[in-house]
Amino acid sequence: MSGSGIQKKKSPRERAGFRLFLLSLPFLIGIFIFSYLPLAGWAYSFFNYKPGKNLFDCEFVGWKWFAAPFNNPVLRKQFIRVMKNTLAINLLYMATMILPMIFAMFLMEIRSKWYRKLVQTLTTIPNFISWVLVYAAFFSLLSTDGLLNSLLLKSGSISNPVNFLMDTSHMWLKMLGYHLWKGLGWGAIIYISAITSIDSEIYEAAAIDGAGRFQKMWYITTPHLIPTFFVMFILQIGNIINNGIDQYLVFSNAMNQDYIEVLDLYVYRYGLQQGNISYATAVGMWKSLVSVILVLIANTLSRKIRGSSIF
Amino acid sequence: MKIRNRKSAEGESRAVEKRTAKDHVIDAVICLIFGLFTVACIFPFYYIFINTISDNTLVSTGRVNIVPVGIHFSNYVNVLSLKELPRAGGLSLARTVLGTCFTIICASFPAYCFSREEYWHKKIFYRMVVITMYFSAGVIPVFLTYKTLRIYDTFWVYILPCCVTPFNLILVKTYMESLPPSLEESAEIDGAGYLTRFTRIVMPLCKPILATIAVFSAVGQWNNWMDTVLYTRSKSLQTLQYVLYRYLKEANTLAEIARDNPEVMQEMDPATMLSPLTIKYTICIVTIVPILVVYPFFQKYFVKGMMIGAVKG
Repeated sequence: MSGSGIQKKKSPRERAGFRLFLLSLPFLIGIFIFSYLPLAGWAYSFFNYKPGKNLFDCEFVGWKWFAAPFNNPVLRKQFIRVMKNTLAINLLYMATMILPMIFAMFLMEIRSKWYRKLVQTLTTIPNFISWVLVYAAFFSLLSTDGLLNSLLLKSGSISNPVNFLMDTSHMWLKMLGYHLWKGLGWGAIIYISAITSIDSEIYEAAAIDGAGRFQKMWYITTPHLIPTFFVMFILQIGNIINNGIDQYLVFSNAMNQDYIEVLDLYVYRYGLQQGNISYATAVGMWKSLVSVILVLIANTLSRKIRGSSIF
Repeated sequence: MKIRNRKSAEGESRAVEKRTAKDHVIDAVICLIFGLFTVACIFPFYYIFINTISDNTLVSTGRVNIVPVGIHFSNYVNVLSLKELPRAGGLSLARTVLGTCFTIICASFPAYCFSREEYWHKKIFYRMVVITMYFSAGVIPVFLTYKTLRIYDTFWVYILPCCVTPFNLILVKTYMESLPPSLEESAEIDGAGYLTRFTRIVMPLCKPILATIAVFSAVGQWNNWMDTVLYTRSKSLQTLQYVLYRYLKEANTLAEIARDNPEVMQEMDPATMLSPLTIKYTICIVTIVPILVVYPFFQKYFVKGMMIGAVKG
């Protein structure tokens, strides 16, 4: 980089390459600032950091915060609860990953092309709206002023409005429901395109052999879609402790905390709402570590079974 | 499907012709189930919409369920004249436009640089960029970094982090590498520099992939409200999505709105007077309309984006 002496010996090609590097340097700096620099923030987890103070004036506590979720009885109880929610919800998501495939298979059974297109277009819209709008949609149906309440009141089944969004029963299944409402149509698209790429002669041959509709679906379509499903499933393994915050933040309220608080939300609440930066950073680091290991496991699995790695 | 039908009409394949009553019943059931799910996806928004244009006294007693009654549009006029709404809308629009442009620039130009073989230590730098896809420091360290950089609680917190989009960069780079190299070579011989070649030759050829990225990034920017929650504090930075979130979650915002907007609240006719519920519903429609307007036109880009994403894994 430095020293024009070295520069002089370089070939024109090398000099051009270096010019390219300089041209992209602002971008590289951006990457460094927004992806690598935050890693320095991990240092906060080794201190007893109090907001407003200089980090190095705070007490150095070593691995204390990393051990806290396991040693401190109160935190341990919270941590177990949060992990239970995180894993349960994600396992439910994984268990229903087959649904987009089934959705696509049956959608392609519809003969009328415009109806198929209409269903496909309208069911993918929820994927492109934010969780706030998803919440608004369910708010309009389930809140005390919502449709369900006005219908129930009119029919006389209930005498006082009930806020169904405050109800804490079956929280995991409800989160699954919202997730499917938002993502099912979109998830099916990849399978739909896989189905359209299947050679139609296979179906014709099967029809001549006397295969019925469901036999064709089971013996021809399903085996063609399984590899795609498998890739999606493996990728999901790497995400098993990542939920994101949005969905859980919008649907959480004072009543349902115990069933809805997932790891990401827990970190946010502890760190940014309660100001316990050090502990929240340590929990976040545990999460990053486990995630990276899971991604590596998923990749190895994929290489073993499919013969090609994901990345 | 079409092909099979045609063939059966020509009498080539007998098996397809046998469509029994049972087949028709199954077809009807499939159509019905999909119809129900489609209605479930759309109905909430239709319901919200008819409630924003109906007589507000009927809305507050839950009597508008299927068809609008006493149509009026004063809710929209009133809500859009609330003090924070135009500002929030403008902010949403600004971050969508600026964020998308910035994303495109930060995905395309570095992708061009990395698509050239002569790049200085290409392997090292490219790997350093790509590997950022697989790790993240986490919410809290990012928050601390933004504080240190002094972009916490500024508008730039919505825009600048867009420069890290390694996934888009890979897509564009792959696309550029599939272009015939001869196009650029002729310009190179004519003495055009990297910047000229990029803006005049490579970028116009990459329009399809850039359009896909732009559409995805625009929707992402419009919908993003978590960064408002995490990285801003002042009211003046609240986007439309966040204002909606606040109104939906806070119980007594009406008193606050009335205090801030006395002139709007002077409306005394109960049929057009704003209530907390109509405010929520109206903002919801204002927030979702841009997506619904844009979606049908760009659906092919969305589907294409999904496909490239799937191929790349």
